[in-house]
Amino acid sequence: MNKVEKPERKLVLPGELVAEGEIAFQWSPYIIKIDNKLYSTVLGLAETRENKVNVIPLQGNFYYPKVGDLVIGFIKDVEAFGWIIDIKAPYSAYLPASNYLGRPANNGEDLTKYLEIGEYIIAKIEQFDRSVDPILMARGKGLGRITSGGVIDISTVKVPRVIGKGKAMLEMLAKETGCEILVAQNGRIWFQCPDKQREDVLLLSVYTIEKESHTKGLTDRIKQLIREKLGVEKIGEA
Amino acid sequence: MEKPKLIIGEKRSDGRLFDQLRPTQMKVGILKNANGSSLVQMGDTKVIAAVYGPREVHPRHLALPDRAILRVRYHMTPFSTNQRKNPAPTRREIEISKVIREALEPSVISNLFPRTAIDIFIEVLQADAGTRTAAIMAASLALADGGIPMKDLVSAVAVGKVEGNLVLDLNEEEDNYGEADLPIAIMPSLGNITLLQMNGEMSEEELKKAIELAMKGIRELYEMQKEALRQKYVLEE
Repeated sequence: MNKVEKPERKLVLPGELVAEGEIAFQWSPYIIKIDNKLYSTVLGLAETRENKVNVIPLQGNFYYPKVGDLVIGFIKDVEAFGWIIDIKAPYSAYLPASNYLGRPANNGEDLTKYLEIGEYIIAKIEQFDRSVDPILMARGKGLGRITSGGVIDISTVKVPRVIGKGKAMLEMLAKETGCEILVAQNGRIWFQCPDKQREDVLLLSVYTIEKESHTKGLTDRIKQLIREKLGVEKIGEA
Repeated sequence: MEKPKLIIGEKRSDGRLFDQLRPTQMKVGILKNANGSSLVQMGDTKVIAAVYGPREVHPRHLALPDRAILRVRYHMTPFSTNQRKNPAPTRREIEISKVIREALEPSVISNLFPRTAIDIFIEVLQADAGTRTAAIMAASLALADGGIPMKDLVSAVAVGKVEGNLVLDLNEEEDNYGEADLPIAIMPSLGNITLLQMNGEMSEEELKKAIELAMKGIRELYEMQKEALRQKYVLEE
């Protein structure tokens, strides 16, 4: 049987049985196995596809770091040899000076010259495990200080929805609004738009996706929304 | 004060049957600033709960290397009772905070977030018996609303003995003048009891019956809890 099955989706709650017996599932914090029974641990959507189950959470606004993830960090504090960065995780991340400047900080050097409290950076998680707080890397292509555009926060569990299957949603957003968009894994989105009107439409779309992430046919509806907003207002301009 | 008549014929002083819950309402996501929140109303008892976290632990030395710690504050507002209640935490509130924490701990999968804290704040807005059971349910709903992974929701209810009869979900009068009060919290899907306290006297036989009666109430409450969480996503086709 090689045909693509349409996945079955069901709203589940913590403690609700999602599957029973010998069912393959990839380890996730959202499924727990007790006596050969799989229970959901969160309020989410259970997806059953080809005898495989998966639970997509709908609630939650914290980011659990993973090595290699792209994140947008907020500078919380400047120390002698690096920066303390908020990445919306239950742990504060550290960015050593060498991972941004490419050289260690000199003794007594004022690091606020390079990154000041309140600025945003694009970085990768270089190191993290259960016992060590995350360490960031902000040197490399596409990484570093954010100098233009804007940053917004969305719920971290909605990040996959804003990106969409095979980046479908993200590509549609970028194409329809003409904005440059970067969705970081920790629920922050950087964007840069040609004008204020497009920016407003983009933000409206992103917040709509966040609110209606559990509904079907969202990509098409958002496309419709953007076209309506931009199309109508363009006629008004002419 | 003289003891009022608590059982009239086959009914209780407020007109309920022996195995009937008070009118109950639950709502989720009522606070904007908390990660998760809920409101639970059972009769005249009104409780709100707010959940923050998992977040960094301050002071640092409280953190555990292998799991998240749960911190619970149960508090009664000064206007929650007939006479003004001093807002400073009392011995009773500190103890109830502890038992609520222990009733919730088995449900939360805390080893997913080592070295962090999950903070739960519970405010009793109006007290009319059964605040700890309402508080447990409110806290459990708030945890689910905050997206914190847990094995099951926790539902709780009290069973009491009033003039020799076992009754479900005591009200203030029955609590004050009854012979026994037995609050119980359960993870219904798994069938695990997470809290069992008793105040007063009951025979072994009565205790067994009381737990059965509580189970009946808890099944109803569990459905209400699930409905409250689902309400947020009624958009679903």
